[in-house]
Amino acid sequence: MSKMTLEDLRKLRETKKQEAAQRDSDGKDSLIIVGMGTCGIAAGAKDVLDVMLDELKKAGNDNVIIRQAGCMGLCHVEPTIEVRTPGMPDTIYGKVDAKVAKDIVNIHIIDRKLVNEHVYDKPAADIIK
Amino acid sequence: MHFSLSDCILDLVQNSLEADADEVQLLLEETDDSLIVRIEDDGCGMTEVELKKATDPFYSDGKKHVHRKVGLGLPFLIQTVSTTDGSFNIRSEKGKGTRVDINFNLKSIDTPPVGDLISLIYQVMSFHGSFNLIVNRSYTKDDRSESYTVNRNELQEILGELNSVSSLSLLKDFITSQEEELKTSWSSTS
Repeated sequence: MSKMTLEDLRKLRETKKQEAAQRDSDGKDSLIIVGMGTCGIAAGAKDVLDVMLDELKKAGNDNVIIRQAGCMGLCHVEPTIEVRTPGMPDTIYGKVDAKVAKDIVNIHIIDRKLVNEHVYDKPAADIIK
Repeated sequence: MHFSLSDCILDLVQNSLEADADEVQLLLEETDDSLIVRIEDDGCGMTEVELKKATDPFYSDGKKHVHRKVGLGLPFLIQTVSTTDGSFNIRSEKGKGTRVDINFNLKSIDTPPVGDLISLIYQVMSFHGSFNLIVNRSYTKDDRSESYTVNRNELQEILGELNSVSSLSLLKDFITSQEEELKTSWSSTS
């Protein structure tokens, strides 16, 4: 890849926008919140976010929103991520590594089933705005 | 101790954002021997007493988690540099901001690996909130230096909110291309 300028980036963005407009993206608007506190980072949350982004890109789920939050209070099962998918219960997954991250994308977000072994909690309302 | 230096830096940049900074400057200067990092913010800052407490692993201000008795962000940094002949300096002024200067010694066998700087940079850019973040990254070898700068406001103007898979992927590609150019410009000219 040659070095991209900001102008290249702007053009690429326009192309992607047009491609996305042509694709049917109904019901794909999930929200993923990755716990990025000291505990999450120490357990590998940075790599988990990276794997999730690549996997979602591969699956063509361009509309999924990924946000980073602080510690969710589940330091003992970090890395944790919360997934909010329309039609599914809001779920907090724990002990997420690269393989589990891929499972969450393919099983939870795409196939709409829970990744049972890694369900740890439903979100606490006071922690996440 | 964090697994990589990138993890450690990610943690520290998050401190700046939690201190309500409007602008954060992140400097990453890499040579064969060292990684020099400077994180400077205009957040709420700390008094001398607060600063002293912040370096104590058994202290937390208790605002985020009421019953918690530990705060490990800065102590992890101190542990890393003090066991590997590195150095750090933290200066803070209440109401003005905080500046952390770090010199990670890459020659020490006990220094954690630098880690993935590409994901570090796109992830600090995509933290939630309205703030500007400027990353100055350079790589110096044999008296020659290559560098690039990325500015969060500029990128956001082009890509929109940096939180959807489509904008984050483009952001990651952009940073990747800057990083590749930084390192490959050596092999292409020599």
